[in-house]
Amino acid sequence: MSGLQDSVWAGDIQQLKGLVSERALSGETIVLNMGPQHPSTHGVLRLMLELDGEVVVNCVPDIGYLHTGIEKNMEAKRYEQAITMTDRMDYLNPLGNNLVYCLAIEKIIDLDVPPRAQYLRVLLAELTRINSHLVWLGTHALDIGAMSMFLYCFREREKLLDIFEMVSGQRMMSTYFRPGGLWRDVPEEFEPAVRDFISYFPARIDDYERLLTDNPLWLDRTQGIGFLSAQDAIALGCTGPTLRGSGVNWDIRKAIPYSSYEHFEFDVPLGQHGDVYDRYLIRVEEMRQSLRIVQQAMDNLPGGPVRSNDRKYVPPPRSELGTSMEAVIHHFKLWTEGFRPPEGEVYVRVESPRGELGCYLISDGSPKPWRVHFRTPSLIHLSALPHMAKGYLIADLVGIIGTVDIVLGDADR
Amino acid sequence: MGVTSKLGDLGIVTVRLEDTVNWARTRAMWPMLFGLACCAIEMMSTQASVYDLSRFGMELMRPSPRQSDLMIVAGRVTRKMAPVLRQLYDQMPDPKWVISMGDCASCGGVFNNYAIVQGVDEIVPVDVYIAGCPPRPEQLIHGIITLHERVKQERITDWA
Repeated sequence: MSGLQDSVWAGDIQQLKGLVSERALSGETIVLNMGPQHPSTHGVLRLMLELDGEVVVNCVPDIGYLHTGIEKNMEAKRYEQAITMTDRMDYLNPLGNNLVYCLAIEKIIDLDVPPRAQYLRVLLAELTRINSHLVWLGTHALDIGAMSMFLYCFREREKLLDIFEMVSGQRMMSTYFRPGGLWRDVPEEFEPAVRDFISYFPARIDDYERLLTDNPLWLDRTQGIGFLSAQDAIALGCTGPTLRGSGVNWDIRKAIPYSSYEHFEFDVPLGQHGDVYDRYLIRVEEMRQSLRIVQQAMDNLPGGPVRSNDRKYVPPPRSELGTSMEAVIHHFKLWTEGFRPPEGEVYVRVESPRGELGCYLISDGSPKPWRVHFRTPSLIHLSALPHMAKGYLIADLVGIIGTVDIVLGDADR
Repeated sequence: MGVTSKLGDLGIVTVRLEDTVNWARTRAMWPMLFGLACCAIEMMSTQASVYDLSRFGMELMRPSPRQSDLMIVAGRVTRKMAPVLRQLYDQMPDPKWVISMGDCASCGGVFNNYAIVQGVDEIVPVDVYIAGCPPRPEQLIHGIITLHERVKQERITDWA
């Protein structure tokens, strides 16, 4: 019984003054808790909802249920060790997190990355984007009531995870990108597997669209819901599909190309209405565009090394250790002490599946980063969520939470 | 099968009560729909088409703790989440089991810091631990089967 009594809130509504409107204090509207254990909050998001009947008057997100202290932990690790932490931040986009962190290190020490590594980075980052969008589509449709989408999306996702496992040995937390390139070259089976996926996947996207795009139930649940105007989206700092759904053409891959994205041809889909449905269309189209990039990267994949030759920052290959004394010294120094970048601070940004993912890195010249900060899209979009949810029915709230594609590991870190 | 052999074939099978109850419990466990972090994604993969957890009578995940008898702690448990997790456990009706999925839930994993509970067994009793960061779906299935084996060992005297 004690558990039951504990669950009854003993607080006073006056404590919430400032968070809820005056109408809630007089009892005219009700205050309802949603989460952190709720099937459609995509993890451990907690929302305090103020409801007038079924209409959401206000919603106040409560974050921190997945605060992991990743940024602080990274300060205690050497630069290369800390890459493992970035995987676990936005766990639907592990390779994208690796990428932004490695780009920051490469920028601060001005390290070269061979073209083959850059192309493979683009290829794998785009596969990760498809992977993330598949999870988004499956769970978003599941929240709205389309159960079978979840099964289809996860079926295709397994094929991608097999590719990631093939190159890195891990399905999700691959830690495959390293400062100066990649951990090692891709295996022989990589190309057939990717080509197989390229030929297999477009028909699957058509299947998804056949199931959802013109489905009257889906249209009813998504059109005209969660509206966000272009001005508001910019003012709230939205990026990625959330911003593009409102018709703003801003994609970092196009605007500030990184890691050889300027060599690839792809379109940036834009929405017109800024509602849940438009953002759905954009993400589905992004999967097609990502596949185009993967195709181009595979066709034009250059040969050569996959990691920089700068021995002060990149360990020598195993084969050199038996023949070169210098290689042994470098190897020993890098694995016992790590490398020392020059003092300074950098900010780099990439386009993650959710939006602008930035990494702000400060080095004090020691082998460990002095400060690493990530500008994560989920956190910013979470602050835009109340704006999008106000005035809609509580039943539509799950669709609105789904459409901003929140990953709580990304928001809380 | 004492009765059957004495009276002939009556179409009746006699079994021990505890075996029947344990069989029923293992074949229809309802896990709680409750994901924390990265492991939750692998838990979803296990549910989905390729690994198909419904082969083990577990396709039905209940979002309410009052309808579930298995808690899969999938992911890192933060200090802020720990009281919530304990409350969810308290709300589950007996008999109930806990699987600690992944390194973070089992021992803190790579996150040995101020924010993460160093093992969920500090707050709830754990029956099966699964290693991995995150564990593969096969590992989760192995953990579930290990739990089934454990449940099958339970005796009437333990139930009281």
